[in-house]
Amino acid sequence: MIEILEQPRQIFGGLRLAANKAQSLRTPLRSAPLPERLIVPLSQHIGEPAETLVQVGDKVLKGQPIARSLNYISAPVHAPTSGTVTDIGEYAVPHPSGLKATCVVIHADGADRSADTGLKMDDVFCADPADIRQRVREAGIVGLGGAGFPTAVKLNPGRPVELLVINAAECEPYISCDEALMCERTAEVIDGVRIMRHALQAQQVVIGVEDNMPRAVDCLRRGLEAAGERDIRLLAVPTVYPAGGEKQLIYALTGKEIPSQGLPADLGMVCHNVGTAAAVARALLQGEPLISRIVTITGAGVSQPCNLEVRIGTPIADVIASCGGYTEQAAHLLMGGPMMGIPLPNDRMPVIKTSNCLLAASVEEIPPPPAALPCIRCARCTEVCPAYLLPQQLFWYARSRDFDKVQDYNLFDCIECGCCARVCPSHIPLVQYYRFAKTEIWDLERQRTKADLARQRHEFRVERLEREKKALEERRAAAKKGLAARPKSGDAEAKKAEIAAALARVKGKKTQPATVSAMRGSADSEQGPGSDTGSDSR
Amino acid sequence: MLTAIIALGTLAAVFGLLLGYSAIRFRVEGDPIVERIDALLPQTQCGQCGFAGCRPYAEAIAGGEADINQCPPGGDAGIQALAELLGVEPKPLNAEHGEHTELRLAVIDEQTCIGCTLCIQACPVDAILGAAKQMHTVIASECTGCDLCVAPCPVDCIHMLAPGQVIATWKWPYPGSEQRLTAGDSA
Amino acid sequence: MDFPTQSSPYLPVDNGVGRLMARVSVALLPGALCLFWFFGWGVVFNLLISTLTALGAEALMLLLRRRPVKASLLDGSALLTGLLLALTLPPLAPWWLPMLGAGFAIVVAKHLYGGLGYNPFNPAMVGFVVLIISFPLQMTLWPPPQGLQHDYALHFGDTLQLVFGGTLPEGRALDSLTMATPLDNAKTQFGLDYTWSEITATPLFGRFGGYGWEWINLAYLAGGLWLWRKRAIQWQIPTGMLGALFTIALLFFIADSDSFGSPLFHLFSGATMLGAFFIATDPVSAATTPRGRLYYGAGIGVLTYAIRTWGGYPDAIAFSVLLMNMAAPTIDYYTQPRVFGHPDK
Ligand code: SF4
Ligand code: SF4
Ligand code: SF4
Repeated sequence: MIEILEQPRQIFGGLRLAANKAQSLRTPLRSAPLPERLIVPLSQHIGEPAETLVQVGDKVLKGQPIARSLNYISAPVHAPTSGTVTDIGEYAVPHPSGLKATCVVIHADGADRSADTGLKMDDVFCADPADIRQRVREAGIVGLGGAGFPTAVKLNPGRPVELLVINAAECEPYISCDEALMCERTAEVIDGVRIMRHALQAQQVVIGVEDNMPRAVDCLRRGLEAAGERDIRLLAVPTVYPAGGEKQLIYALTGKEIPSQGLPADLGMVCHNVGTAAAVARALLQGEPLISRIVTITGAGVSQPCNLEVRIGTPIADVIASCGGYTEQAAHLLMGGPMMGIPLPNDRMPVIKTSNCLLAASVEEIPPPPAALPCIRCARCTEVCPAYLLPQQLFWYARSRDFDKVQDYNLFDCIECGCCARVCPSHIPLVQYYRFAKTEIWDLERQRTKADLARQRHEFRVERLEREKKALEERRAAAKKGLAARPKSGDAEAKKAEIAAALARVKGKKTQPATVSAMRGSADSEQGPGSDTGSDSR
Repeated sequence: MLTAIIALGTLAAVFGLLLGYSAIRFRVEGDPIVERIDALLPQTQCGQCGFAGCRPYAEAIAGGEADINQCPPGGDAGIQALAELLGVEPKPLNAEHGEHTELRLAVIDEQTCIGCTLCIQACPVDAILGAAKQMHTVIASECTGCDLCVAPCPVDCIHMLAPGQVIATWKWPYPGSEQRLTAGDSA
Repeated sequence: MDFPTQSSPYLPVDNGVGRLMARVSVALLPGALCLFWFFGWGVVFNLLISTLTALGAEALMLLLRRRPVKASLLDGSALLTGLLLALTLPPLAPWWLPMLGAGFAIVVAKHLYGGLGYNPFNPAMVGFVVLIISFPLQMTLWPPPQGLQHDYALHFGDTLQLVFGGTLPEGRALDSLTMATPLDNAKTQFGLDYTWSEITATPLFGRFGGYGWEWINLAYLAGGLWLWRKRAIQWQIPTGMLGALFTIALLFFIADSDSFGSPLFHLFSGATMLGAFFIATDPVSAATTPRGRLYYGAGIGVLTYAIRTWGGYPDAIAFSVLLMNMAAPTIDYYTQPRVFGHPDK
């Protein structure tokens, strides 16, 4: 039995930051106008990218799937509005790399006609949990808190769930989309939580909010009362960044620590973001897949900070324009909050499923980083690290690229919250060092797997050549016995002639490229990977 | 002063004991040495070291017949790892065997390929697909970038190209090494 | 619209090495003023010579090492080294003593090891130890504290002459101008088999920590507590050090209150408080894990008591700190905190 604490705990470390949420909460939640053109990336989640179902020129309806998920850990993508697919190609997407990824571009026809998605369920609360999961999967719902993990997978933890934790502790400064959602769509949130509870067959449910959002608490409390729901607890955790981290929130609410490299499910818990719950309700009660989300648009760089419901794929520039555009002060653009957000090089990228906030910041809000000094080992970072790490040691070894040592100091328990970097008096970009080390280590692992594969394949080949040689010798011996030996030189000469003939063919081929593409098609389907193609050279 | 010396001596003795103890306590027993050397080699199987692949080179190192600085694909990092494993001083890569370059993968220009199968015979890891008189293609995920298929091609249709950057394998730059954090260009 | 990009987090920073060092320097003020009040102008000369030398040496080394001079000078670390060294030196020391100490601290103990952040030993204490080993005589030149034996008091001019010219005021012998510190005194008298109550009967021993010294230590304590409130230092090192020093002194005092000094005397005499809050807490050379810092502090406390009681020097902060500096990496290694989500060790 998991005990929910009466008095939520204070997490270790962390920072008390100015909330800066009021400016975006001044105006009520509204919908952004439909853009003319939407750029919908195929990979907006953790896991394999989805595979397109449409072609350039196709007409699509709002809510119609335009890409399907082939793997378990993946999510389909839907057309955010009705219109025509005008391109399927590489476009820049919001990612720290600034690289491009495959996107479907849709020109909206303005009619916004919906497709029948078949997601709606009449009696959700009597439905089979597996059916609910299937529909959540088909609705393309992923964690809206920022991570983007497919929700259907998290609704199927493979073991009994005692406690469902709804994460509504929006701890990062500036971001207020969850608060806006809880205040203005209370019923939807509560429905979503109840559906999730049913899907997981969870015995207890607790919604964790921060104690600096009294209005949201109020709304939820009234909503729960109105729904006659007494079994959903609502608890406010002490406001400290990063109390909204999954591990931190669970610790604050239950006093339990998720094991390192483990999942909440290991302790019989599941944690979902409150926005995700609302999306589930929307999909199953109204039949609308995940084609829009609430985004906080804020910072001194936008004229009218607010929360907007934005269609996935809307170019950021359009979103900003519907908030009155940039102010003169706009100097930086972030997706996410100022502690963990990612920098965007331009505003031509689209809003995706995980875009909780667009922060157009002024130079005062995000000043250029001061030059880094050497680490003076003051351990201020240790004091604030919510994962109880020794950031100065991680830094030391990441800096010298000692990837074994940096893992000895538990690099992979770092949640990249940025607390350490913020308090560091030497202004060392600590988090970037950790991210650098993590991606390097992943790369080394990929290289190692690749080397292992190469070793295997090489050994296999050596063996095969050996075998073939033996077989050849045996045949030769047999041939010698039986027949008279054929002239030896013929072999090599025949080969040369063959090559010359082929060369001539190629010259001809180059002048008529049409045949080439036809042939390429046949080559592709010709043989499966790994087949023993070398042997037919005899 | 005497106290200082005594205290120093004691400290030194204690640390020495601790070190010695942990050396015994945490020693790892592992695979035979050839396996461990082979595990550090890049498995490009290019033969630049002068042996017919990584494993023969590993055997030669273990047998004391080859030096640790003959593998260009492994580069300095590889030499460093070997030196650590074998407890010898690292040395710079022997230029006779070639230079270390970033990984490049073979790409066959399918319009030019005549399907002669010579590259298939050269590939040490069977990463090339194709049959006689059909165009060939390289399985990128299995190509080790060994270069061996380039020379045999009678029509020079194989090129070694740096693999393009994709989001899934993108790496954060080392802090300070970047002008701007991202490779962001206009979309 | 295009934007520049940088790594998270982005919020404006509200601290810096310079600010940290400035805070520490400010926190030294009450103690330094007390020291000046009791020991006169020599303290000021020490401070001036030592800090100027430290800053000069820092600038020189930065130039030689081709590092940005201005930014590093402004981080205040060299200034602080100079201040700390000066506050441990005897006020009547000749001018070249602080100069030599500060120069050695910056050039050898700091920059030859790689500069800020890389020095394994506390530079100020390295300077001090070099001086006390090489010039034991000059390192005892403490005048009697103000208010005790008025007739010996030196004025500005006299001190200036003595420190810079080496000339004594007319009709005075050097011996008559200086006086052993309480710690020194206690040591010699214990050696002569006096009991603790006999030793402390003289006015030099003040109420509990030595005349004057108790006030100086209280002032450092106040400054130290302020630093802790301002989060410039953490509680572990001072607590570990003072706790260990107090406990071990108490044990011996209970066992034999005739031949060992009282715990309060150890806490409030000599450089105890300066050491606990300002010297031992020098981040670069100390242990960095929370538990490690407690042990590190405790080690300094125990060593301080041991050297004061049985060693050859009256005070022992410098030796203890340097010895524990040596142990810091090992302490860190064995005191790594349990990481979130890992089982208890
Ligand atoms: S806060 Fe910065 S300077 Fe201090 S120990 Fe951590 S990394 Fe080093
Ligand atoms: S080390 Fe990682 S988890 Fe700890 S404060 Fe820094 S970013 Fe956060
Ligand atoms: S040079 Fe080529 S064959 Fe030799 S060890 Fe290195 S990768 Fe393997």
